Amino acid sequence: MMLRTAATAATAAAAVSLALALAACSGTTKDSVGKDSVKSGATAKADPDAPLKKGLKLAFLPKQINNPYEKIVDDAGIAAALEYGGTGKEVGPSDAGASSQVSYINTLIQQRQDAILVAANDPNAVCGPLKQAMKKGIKVVAYDSDTAKDCRQLFINQASSEQIGRSLVQHLGEQIGHKGKIAILSATQNATNQNTWIGFMQDELKLPKYKDMKLVKVAYGDDADQKSFQQTQGLMQAYPDLKGIISPTTVGIAAAARYLSDSSYKGKVVLNGLGTPNQMRKYVKDGTVGQFSLWNPEELGHLGSYAAAALASGQITGAQGEKFKAGRLGEYTVGKDGEVILGEPTVFDRRNIDKFDF
Amino acid sequence: MGTAAETREAADAARSGKGRAGRVRSMALRWDTAVGVLLVAVIVVGLGSTDGFGSAENLAFAFNDIVEVAVIALPMTLLVVAGQVDLSVASMLGLGSALTGALWNAGWAFETIVPVVLLAGVAGGLLNGWLVTRVGLPSLAVTIGTLALYRGLASVALGSDAVTDFPDTYARWTVDTTTVPGTFLTYPVLLFAVLAVITAVVLHATGFGRSLFAIGSQEKAAYFAGIRVKRIKLLLFVVTGLFASFTGVLFTLRYGSARADNGLGFEMLVIASVLLGGIDFDGGKGTLFGAVAGVLLIGVLKNLLTLNDVANEVQVIVTGLLLVASVLTPRVIAAVVGRRHRRAAGTPS
Repeated sequence: MMLRTAATAATAAAAVSLALALAACSGTTKDSVGKDSVKSGATAKADPDAPLKKGLKLAFLPKQINNPYEKIVDDAGIAAALEYGGTGKEVGPSDAGASSQVSYINTLIQQRQDAILVAANDPNAVCGPLKQAMKKGIKVVAYDSDTAKDCRQLFINQASSEQIGRSLVQHLGEQIGHKGKIAILSATQNATNQNTWIGFMQDELKLPKYKDMKLVKVAYGDDADQKSFQQTQGLMQAYPDLKGIISPTTVGIAAAARYLSDSSYKGKVVLNGLGTPNQMRKYVKDGTVGQFSLWNPEELGHLGSYAAAALASGQITGAQGEKFKAGRLGEYTVGKDGEVILGEPTVFDRRNIDKFDF
Repeated sequence: MGTAAETREAADAARSGKGRAGRVRSMALRWDTAVGVLLVAVIVVGLGSTDGFGSAENLAFAFNDIVEVAVIALPMTLLVVAGQVDLSVASMLGLGSALTGALWNAGWAFETIVPVVLLAGVAGGLLNGWLVTRVGLPSLAVTIGTLALYRGLASVALGSDAVTDFPDTYARWTVDTTTVPGTFLTYPVLLFAVLAVITAVVLHATGFGRSLFAIGSQEKAAYFAGIRVKRIKLLLFVVTGLFASFTGVLFTLRYGSARADNGLGFEMLVIASVLLGGIDFDGGKGTLFGAVAGVLLIGVLKNLLTLNDVANEVQVIVTGLLLVASVLTPRVIAAVVGRRHRRAAGTPS
């Protein structure tokens, strides 16, 4: 019996090797596949004076429902839709899996929505159905997390990486009088967005006004609460005269604040970075943290909603240089690759933090 | 025809002296028939009530959307009938997807990648089968282990990357926008239909199929009757691994995205479909028709509820209730029928 199994296995192996040998001669490889770069949309003419249509139907598809951050974005977008006489709804999967948004997009096509706003879990998994939607005249706007460029007409970027990186250094510089040692508490060592921001921070620090500020270390807390806590502790032991810490991650800044608030460094070390008001409220009120930043998720939703309406009304097509009005936020211009940038991050401090709940 | 369950029910019917009428009634009472009826009912309600549900493109999408789960459900039905289970299938799908992506990135030809991925599936199935049949461990425990193992290997193969630029030559045959001309059948669904017919014949019309029911009902008796229990179980695990790795390639092409976390949690959908179709988890009972009806019911119901903007949480609750009903109802019916028989025979109940 064992023998026969072995023989069968050997036959199978031989057959497979043969297939491999045959296939190796010629085949479809990564290099032989040409990139298809059919630019979608953008064929129609934009009419900048067209009024916003009434009764537009918008659907927000977040990475997952019940994500408090995206709920705020979507609710603000739905509220904005009511301002111009449209309606909005939020639908989405309960897990942030790569493929789970796809069936929702199909559904929205069947329901003949006027525009879909999507925060993509996977830039490519949603591509096929989104292209199908655009083919049927449904406008597609990505927000928060972009899809591949040819699968949407616009991407609403919360803030440019450069703005985030530079503004954090500028804010911290003012807080410590542009003097002293500083450190960065990041997430994981190879997180793309973190490293881009840190790159801009280092670039900003080269300017003459920062000549007395010295970046002594970039620590990695892996976006894990406990590790970020320990890394903060380690930083303070290694550099007791540290003047400031920038943590451009919501997990990192909350953990660092927790360590500092119970230590003798409270009030002596300035902590700044990207955080959420609900996580940071306590530390702002007890004086551990003077200020921190984040883009305002309500404004992100507001802008996305108006951008989708402008697309669906024919005011814009998603081409570079087109302008549209985003309600109370004023006028925006479509940038390269259909990107619309929300603007500077909002700074939260003791004065305004109680106005925000997310 | 010829399943142990049917034979038993036919015997029950004969004993209660109702003959053909009794047999017809027990057919109607059978859970898999009920699921089939429920499926038809859901489709009819959907067509009548929901705008867009009956469009060819929506139907193409709805069935294509569940095709990986459906394909894996076929060998899973055979496994469960034989009293086994394989929880590592979704991880094997992920491993197949990750391998496809990693090798594609490394510049391999797609025609070479597919047999290699299938071979990996066979290897994974062999490991499951070997641990169950040769080492003698319960399949539930073994495949919980390999569920983690294969998903881990998938992450090792591709990390957290996503590989995306797959050849359209193959990809377009997998998506829901390409259908068999004049129908709403996509090619993956067509392939599933062919595989389902083959599996149904194997399970219900061959000696091999009967031996699966025998193993599932009374493994010792099957062994002494000359059935090569271990060999058959091993084969079932290998076929399951093969099918699962194949769905990894299919999934990758369909979504145009190879990731280690693809198909996360699909094993539960597969098991749910099989259970819903009335395949008894104690082994030895069930029909392939039931399993197919179960998987289609889950797919169609999800599509219909989503079209009506029913929140995901509610959808999960509906599926959960259906599952509980599918386990409970046949048992309640059996208990009621059993009591009536005992009363008729004059034995104290």
